[in-house]
Amino acid sequence: MITGGNARIRSEKVMEFLMLLCSMVSVVTTVGIILVLSVDTVRFFGEVSFIDFVTDTQWTPLFEDKHFGILSLLSGTLLTTCIAILLAVPVGVSIAVYLNEYASPKFTSIAKPILEVLAAVPTVVYGFFALQFVTPLLQRFIPGLAGFNALSPGLVMGVMIIPYITSLSEDALRAVPKSLREASYGLGANRFQTAFSVLVPAANSGIIVSIILAVSRALGETMIVAIAAGQEPKLTFNPLESVETITTYIVQVSMGDVPQDSLEYRTIFAAGMALFVLTFLLNNISFWIRKKYQRRYE
Amino acid sequence: MKTTAYLTWLLLIGTLSLSSCFKHYKAKINIDGSSSVYPLTEAVAEEFRKIEPDIRITVGISGTGGGFKKFLRGETDISNASRPISKNELAISRANGIQFIEIPVSYDGMAIVVSPKNDFVDYITVAELKTMWSPASQDKINSWKQVRSSWPDVPLNLYGAGTSSGTYDYFTEAINGKAKASRGDYTASEDDNVLVQGVSSDKNGLAYFGLAYYTENKDKLKLVPVKVTGEAPAIFPSERTVQSGQYQPLSRPEFIYVNAESAKSPFVKQFVRFYTEHAASLAREVGYVPLPEEVYQLGYERFLNSKTGSVFENKSIVGVNLIQLLSE
Amino acid sequence: MNRYSITPALKDRLFKIFAIGCTGFALLTLLVLIIDILIKGLGRINWAFFTNLPSRHPEASGIYTALAGMVSLLFFTLLIALPIGILSGIYLEEYGRKNRVAKFIEVNISNLAGVPSVIYGILGLQLFVRLAGLGNSILAGAFTLALLIMPIIIVSTREAIKAVPHSMREAAFGLGATKWQTVVRVVLPAAFGGILTGIILSVSRAIGETAPLIVVGALAYVPFIPEGPMDQFTSLPIQIFNWTSRPQQGFIDNAAAGIIVLLLFTLLLNGIAIALRNRWYKKTSL
Repeated sequence: MITGGNARIRSEKVMEFLMLLCSMVSVVTTVGIILVLSVDTVRFFGEVSFIDFVTDTQWTPLFEDKHFGILSLLSGTLLTTCIAILLAVPVGVSIAVYLNEYASPKFTSIAKPILEVLAAVPTVVYGFFALQFVTPLLQRFIPGLAGFNALSPGLVMGVMIIPYITSLSEDALRAVPKSLREASYGLGANRFQTAFSVLVPAANSGIIVSIILAVSRALGETMIVAIAAGQEPKLTFNPLESVETITTYIVQVSMGDVPQDSLEYRTIFAAGMALFVLTFLLNNISFWIRKKYQRRYE
Repeated sequence: MKTTAYLTWLLLIGTLSLSSCFKHYKAKINIDGSSSVYPLTEAVAEEFRKIEPDIRITVGISGTGGGFKKFLRGETDISNASRPISKNELAISRANGIQFIEIPVSYDGMAIVVSPKNDFVDYITVAELKTMWSPASQDKINSWKQVRSSWPDVPLNLYGAGTSSGTYDYFTEAINGKAKASRGDYTASEDDNVLVQGVSSDKNGLAYFGLAYYTENKDKLKLVPVKVTGEAPAIFPSERTVQSGQYQPLSRPEFIYVNAESAKSPFVKQFVRFYTEHAASLAREVGYVPLPEEVYQLGYERFLNSKTGSVFENKSIVGVNLIQLLSE
Repeated sequence: MNRYSITPALKDRLFKIFAIGCTGFALLTLLVLIIDILIKGLGRINWAFFTNLPSRHPEASGIYTALAGMVSLLFFTLLIALPIGILSGIYLEEYGRKNRVAKFIEVNISNLAGVPSVIYGILGLQLFVRLAGLGNSILAGAFTLALLIMPIIIVSTREAIKAVPHSMREAAFGLGATKWQTVVRVVLPAAFGGILTGIILSVSRAIGETAPLIVVGALAYVPFIPEGPMDQFTSLPIQIFNWTSRPQQGFIDNAAAGIIVLLLFTLLLNGIAIALRNRWYKKTSL
């Protein structure tokens, strides 16, 4: 028995439609991002050859001798991300394993809030920390370290993404059926052997997903590298030098005054597109892995 | 019922805090342009704010070139410029019907700066600067030794103005012989603070920027004297050497350009008068070199008489005599 | 066992030490960060710091305009993001369980959550600043931030609604309520705690965002109070960024002081969210 009759049914249908429209906003956003990036990227490639874009080793779009090679910005992005991952993966996975297999409730009650706080700190704060504390500290031990370098923001980014790896890896480890764990202990293995010979391999898809998402986060990070890594596009793998990442470049050009609709302005979109494609690919690979291995133990 | 009470309270608090976020002003003056002139204009604007808090003045740092673009679209009232208006920009001003009054406000001696940890640079010649910065050196001159053989073979890390900066235009014209001609593989920024930070912590770095940024950060930087030719004396930029014209070729006057339409407003008139009256003392405070008193008076007279156009229309800025030009 | 082999027991011990060391490292970094910032910035915190406008003299600079910008930005961001986000969450969880459009939207949201914030800035630049003609105004910034935090609101709303026991819904249906009546009068009130948690988390995220606002055109030096939502603005993280870029020690101290204020807000909000979440979980578990 429906009270109110047809008017109520109609107004409810209207509400449902309205809510559907609201949900479509997310689709519109994605379409918007792809469109906005694509339109100007296509215009960009009307003037710059794609081969040049991916092979030229210099990025000097604003100068007389113009070069549009994304490799130098890309190397800055990859270099800082690599350093971050090299720090975050061993630390993050170890903490996750420890919380899962070894830790007492007291330990967990200390560790969890720390990780939550690490994830909540705004990135501009991390950037300040990298430039004003970490870089001078490192300069005491590494005399050749320039004021702007890739090492300092890389390390700080690493600390920032530890919570990403830890929380997802922990979830993955917890999802491993108790039976496997008990079987391992039953065979006489200790915690270390159980953790690394049984549990981690069993949870490896979840752990890999966490790493991929952490990489994606690091690639897209802006403020930490904008403040501490430098503004000199350079194709290098030396972490002691100043580099520029794709994200820093976008911010740098936005802060200056490049005339709209010029080739220089369009470099923002080409660079942004490169970044978007990278992170989009990584994110979707991780979704696919998660979906594929979701039902493994059911 | 409780939810409604919550919501009403939230709305009240929200509106209250929101109203304190907005304010009404009786006049607005938009200024944009050179990051070199910025410290001076900012200082003037701030002192002006103390006597006229209801006049809002915003100062941007889009660079001399970027500032002129906005100025010539009529988007700003005053443009900060560390070089005179160029031929192209003059043509655009005629096409867009924007008339302006050109007022010099200070001298700047562009400082060549290295890290205090640098122990091998004692002076630098103009020819060596050209080797370092010319477009032909892009990707090729990467070591200090390549510039002067007695310098060590360590990497040459350069820091300098960005491409919409007047400092960039002036430096490239004075050193490389052609405005805007420069290598591109260096840390370029319109924000001189970034350059200061970069070079102060880089043992192998060299930077150029406005003298004010050196004076502000003396304790972090080492100033390098410049020799015009190999035999000339090495001169440090200072108030004396810049005013007398001894520090060459990197001494230059800095300007503000006032939109002639905006100049009709009593508020703008008040501001410009304040500017020319206080520029000398504030220039010293921020680390620039004040112009001779006569030049400020001549400049203000031009403003009062709405004398539009640029005195540099067909002249180069390098080595110029302002009193002579403005009196014409 | 010959003495050259590392016994399994030893590996176990070593790992334990390593893992504790890792956790200690994370804790240490956090502590050092907080202590360093407190040392640099605490001395600058006084009433004048909150009421002053920015200045060229570090000691006379304050965060009033940054705070004003932040509050008004937040107000408009929430005004835009909350209705759309919550309604989307309700739809996806209550109505769209089975149809394909809903699945497609879900995938979209997951993707959007992983897009770098700079890209949102570029979107906002073209769409709101240029196309919609809003210029580099508070509204343009608010729309951009709203898009950025929407995935958070949608996901939290969904989780909150998902946690409402089916029994409550079925009881409502049993009494003759329609779907919409059930949602509004039964599900939402029960999910309120969770939704509020999501709102607070998204606010915490929004106040810390810097890069997208820079791309949209927030200024770094705003010695004035905005006149309205169509005016230019700055926000606290951007003011901090501007001060951090200045080499003078006075401004570095200012940046640290600004960070203290920002961190206080952020950690306070996160703390409230966590407390709420715990309380609410107790409430709906039967």
